Amino acid sequence: MLVWLGAVPFFLYVAVFLVLPVVVLGVEAFRVTDPVTFEEGWSAANLATITEGAYRRAYVGSLQLSALTAVLGAVLGLALAIAVLRARRGRLLRRLVLTASGVLANFGGIPLAFAFIATIGNAGVVTALVTDTLGLSGFSLYSMAGLALVYLYFLVPLMVLTITPALEALRPQWREAADNLGASGWQYWRYVGGPVLAPPVIGATMLLFASAFAAYATARALVGSSIPLVTLQIADALSSNVVVGAENLGKALALGMVVLIGLVMAFYAWVQRRTQRWLT
Amino acid sequence: MATSGIAGAGGVAPDAPVRPGRRGAGAWRWVVLALFGLYFLVPIAGSVWFTVRDRGTGGLTAENYTSIPGAEGFAETFARSLTIAVLTVVIALVLMVPTVVLVELRLPRLRTTVELLTLLPLVLPPIALVVGVRSVLAWAPDHFFGTPLAEAFFALQRPSLPWILVLVYAVLALPFVYRALDAGLRGTDLRTLTEAARNLGASWPRVLVSVVLPVLRTSVLNASFLTLALVLGEFTIAQILGFRTFPTWILEISGSRPQLSVAVSVLSLVMTWVLLLLISALDRRRTGKESA
Repeated sequence: MLVWLGAVPFFLYVAVFLVLPVVVLGVEAFRVTDPVTFEEGWSAANLATITEGAYRRAYVGSLQLSALTAVLGAVLGLALAIAVLRARRGRLLRRLVLTASGVLANFGGIPLAFAFIATIGNAGVVTALVTDTLGLSGFSLYSMAGLALVYLYFLVPLMVLTITPALEALRPQWREAADNLGASGWQYWRYVGGPVLAPPVIGATMLLFASAFAAYATARALVGSSIPLVTLQIADALSSNVVVGAENLGKALALGMVVLIGLVMAFYAWVQRRTQRWLT
Repeated sequence: MATSGIAGAGGVAPDAPVRPGRRGAGAWRWVVLALFGLYFLVPIAGSVWFTVRDRGTGGLTAENYTSIPGAEGFAETFARSLTIAVLTVVIALVLMVPTVVLVELRLPRLRTTVELLTLLPLVLPPIALVVGVRSVLAWAPDHFFGTPLAEAFFALQRPSLPWILVLVYAVLALPFVYRALDAGLRGTDLRTLTEAARNLGASWPRVLVSVVLPVLRTSVLNASFLTLALVLGEFTIAQILGFRTFPTWILEISGSRPQLSVAVSVLSLVMTWVLLLLISALDRRRTGKESA
């Protein structure tokens, strides 16, 4: 019995600092303040508001950006990881790429945004070079495409980090066995490599999606609030002293994010179960 | 290395019985690597160039870097972030080391639950978490005003040292701390070691200090460095709760001193790099020792 007490601090800590805030979010998102009488009451009005207009656009914008960058990041990261692992005499290269990935996957937020602003922003070094020498212009860092380019800077290394162990578990003997049985490269990937890699690749893509969806600092430093993203809308709602009840609107927006991430995770769990059944 | 790859790809006679259709793979690989290298190096090189170029004379200058320590607000916010980071490391370790050891030795049934709970912060958007934390903190003036509980809530939010950030950052660090410690326990037979110590008459606290901690030393350092890097770069939670930390300071100065803010960004990248190189050096020393 006494042994169970030892696990109490951990569960208590998680309950207070992780579960409680999310539960409060789920409850107080339904609180509204009457703009005339300033009386508080219960209503689903906040939830109705966030599915319309600018808030709806923000959700759609966030989902599009995260889906695009997650898939691109997964494909590019996988290509990079394969290229590095397959390199002959590539131990030094491998160590270099893995260490660099560890650093760059953690290099998000404000510093990353400034690195890109200094390079390809309006007064950026490369921007000046390209416009002066080639006369090219048109790409703006302060757009969805620009954000995607910046997000990939930490998503691709994140993919390399998460998928390398799975790639290393792919035994060369399987490839040799397939070759000896006369399988083509495509057949190997279709019937052996692909099915084995599918669960970890899907899992890593989900992780990339969650990181891109939650990204706030980079977007804040890059575009202020000129791009429709739900994280930026939440921050705006919380800092607004003008609109009555904006605080609760922020809670509803945050709750929406939690629900969407929950749906993505449920989908992931379902896919994981399906692929596992298929494998065995 | 590069020449061997290109020669292998362009050579007439394959140097080994290569499978048909894979001869072009070498060149493909180096093109991919070069493109990625360019993508990842250009922003760093661009930032460095942006900060060392003197806008007036067009020459080179280190002024943006030398002026960092004296910059208004740097010392204050950096010291605060560092303090928060160290406190976060302590809290996360004090919480997780006993839990991980206990689950490993006595409560394996809880393993899945603990693992899932520690993974949650990885997918839960920090901004959603902080909106919830803000709502809870708002209870103090709204509901508990005048009670000791409200006083405690206010004490957590002192701008000079916001303990609430420490407590929330420890949650964000859970996935990294748990995985580092768990990886450290795999591969060591902790059960045998602790049973031996117990049979020889050691008390449980003694076992924790003299057996468990030495076994986990590398993982503990690993977890600490990751947590430090995480806290020193965390922006969302500090900004939404309205505290001034190192990352919010970088954004603050970017309007008036863009070159300085980029210089600080470059330095913080170097800082992360050093922290993570230390981790990989530790890992290597450990694997080297084990294989020897």
